[in-house]
Amino acid sequence: MTKKQKKVLYRIIIAAILLMALHFAPVTGLVRFLLYMIPYGIIGYDILKKAVLGIIHGQLLDENFLMAVATVGAIALGEYVEGVAVMLFYQIGELFQAVAVGKSRKNITALMDIRPDYANIENEDGKLMEVDPDDVEIGSIIVVKPGEKIPIDGIITEGNSTLNTSALTGESVPREVSAGAEVISGCVNITGLLKIRTAKEFGESTVSKILELVESSAMRKSKSENFISKFAKIYTPAVCGAALFLAIIPPLFNMILGNPADFATWVFRALTFLVISCPCALVISIPLSFFGGIGAASANGILVKGSNYLEALSETKYVVFDKTGTLTKGVFEVVDIVPSGKATEDELLKYAALAESYSDHPIAISLKEAYKERFKADIDKSKVSDVSTVPGEGIAASYENKRIYAGNSKLMQRLNKEVNKPDKPGTIVYVAAEDEYLGYILISDIEKEQSENAIRLLKKAGIRKTIMLTGDADNVAKDVAMRLSIDEYHAELLPADKVEWVEKLLANKGAKEKLAFVGDGVNDAPVLSRADIGIAMGALGSDAAIEAADVVLMDDNPERIALAMRISRKCLRIVYENIVFALVIKAVCLILGAMGIANMWVAIFADVGVMVIAVLNAVRCLKIK
Amino acid sequence: MKKTYKIEVDCANCAQKMEDAAKKVEGVIDATVSFMTQKMKVEFAEDADHNGIMQNVLKACKKVEDDCEIYI
Repeated sequence: MTKKQKKVLYRIIIAAILLMALHFAPVTGLVRFLLYMIPYGIIGYDILKKAVLGIIHGQLLDENFLMAVATVGAIALGEYVEGVAVMLFYQIGELFQAVAVGKSRKNITALMDIRPDYANIENEDGKLMEVDPDDVEIGSIIVVKPGEKIPIDGIITEGNSTLNTSALTGESVPREVSAGAEVISGCVNITGLLKIRTAKEFGESTVSKILELVESSAMRKSKSENFISKFAKIYTPAVCGAALFLAIIPPLFNMILGNPADFATWVFRALTFLVISCPCALVISIPLSFFGGIGAASANGILVKGSNYLEALSETKYVVFDKTGTLTKGVFEVVDIVPSGKATEDELLKYAALAESYSDHPIAISLKEAYKERFKADIDKSKVSDVSTVPGEGIAASYENKRIYAGNSKLMQRLNKEVNKPDKPGTIVYVAAEDEYLGYILISDIEKEQSENAIRLLKKAGIRKTIMLTGDADNVAKDVAMRLSIDEYHAELLPADKVEWVEKLLANKGAKEKLAFVGDGVNDAPVLSRADIGIAMGALGSDAAIEAADVVLMDDNPERIALAMRISRKCLRIVYENIVFALVIKAVCLILGAMGIANMWVAIFADVGVMVIAVLNAVRCLKIK
Repeated sequence: MKKTYKIEVDCANCAQKMEDAAKKVEGVIDATVSFMTQKMKVEFAEDADHNGIMQNVLKACKKVEDDCEIYI
């Protein structure tokens, strides 16, 4: 509890004791009135002051005003106990709310506590100095001790260590790093001392970007939040009007009919009406729910850029995937080596790797990796000469006075080689030496282990259709789609075609159904922004993806999409629960209050009680797993 | 030029009021208040005297919500 809250607590206690004592005091008339004014003053002076200031500054009709009018009105009618009690309970409710909100706010910010407070730099005489990370220039060497957070993105120049990335990714498996590795800020250094050359300014570093994103997420309001603020703007004046009507019209009606006017009863009912009407429960609990949901998501390595996207996520019915790097690892691997009979598997791989030894193409890299793994040695490039690339076909090179060719079927056709056709999809590298065809090597991009389960989880979560868009060959796409049980796929697309397909899908879906596009942030920024929700994955350290997407998955596990949807749905359910609960209770109490059935005590429950319950309900958003 | 300030405010509605008030202060291009993070982000005109402007922002905020604080 803060100092301010403690002060309110003492005021509440004192006023409550005085109120109880006065109940037994045998006083009447003016003395009784003056005595009741003591607890009223103690508990209500700040509200009265705010109400007066509000009137002066033209801030009419806020909750302070409502409370002041209601309590002053009750006292004017001689209902001293009610007057003081309403103020007392209002303050208890406010205090409770402030404490609950403050606490959940702290919980959420603790969840996202990745801000580094300082950076260590070495000064001239080799001593470590703590400085503000903002003051570290690009290219400086910073020192990160075990247990500290890496404050700024950079490259390790010295040292080996293990990094804990869980604060960023929600992933608890530690990462091994050594000199030369790129590291991002926000990770915790666990074991060894690291020296890092900074590659960015603090403000441009991953950790700052993430913090800014999460902090500003609360400023992008969802439909429900906008509804409530619009609602509150109409609601408060409407209720005040209704109260005024209730205080004046029925007594006038009575007078016209020749009955006693009975102003006191009707004014009291109008005041009860005012107390019930306070919209606080909605105004506070809904942003709090969204903030809790966003907090729970970030704890799982899912950054949601705004409440509006959290809301849209819960309405998602179509999920469109990019293939490479999203459902597959985006790294090519040799999956099959098929010799023609003129060579062994080893020879085939060796020739292929030798021919491609000077190339940096992903295919070449995968061949070299496979070579390394099989022979436990690096390729001896010294014997390779006269390398020439045949555009669109492959590569030729000389090795031990032999000419080797590696490439696609076009190359083999030109060389007049009969080839054996593979029966599996993937990229095929045919290899020939001098005059002999040696066989082929099948290379393909392998699926992530979690992809299949990710699709299953989405189906289970009620996604109507999963669609895969890829620039890859049709047979490859077909194979992947079949194995992951994706409903629909479109292959051989250029980036612009992907946008077109997404637009086609957007046009054909229902208005309330949302479409999400999941990509790895490479080359798909236009599609990410075109879809209702753009989800970028494996975005750790990729500024472009963080910029373009609405939801950012920090690691590259596609299963998190289903988790993000689960969090969003639970959060939205809590929001709707609160809206319905608060409005129903208030409506019932308002009607009862107008009819004179609900008294001031019911009114207090309808205001404070509903608010407290709504806040407690909202806090549940934080606990979603 | 944008700057972020730590604030102290007790209710979401008051935060909204502070935001509206801050936006109207001369020299402020835009202002957003986040109740949840207890922060106020203010965008000033280039080369403006932001400390002087913030004094006015504080004054304007105190007017609508007596019980708030901005740490300048």
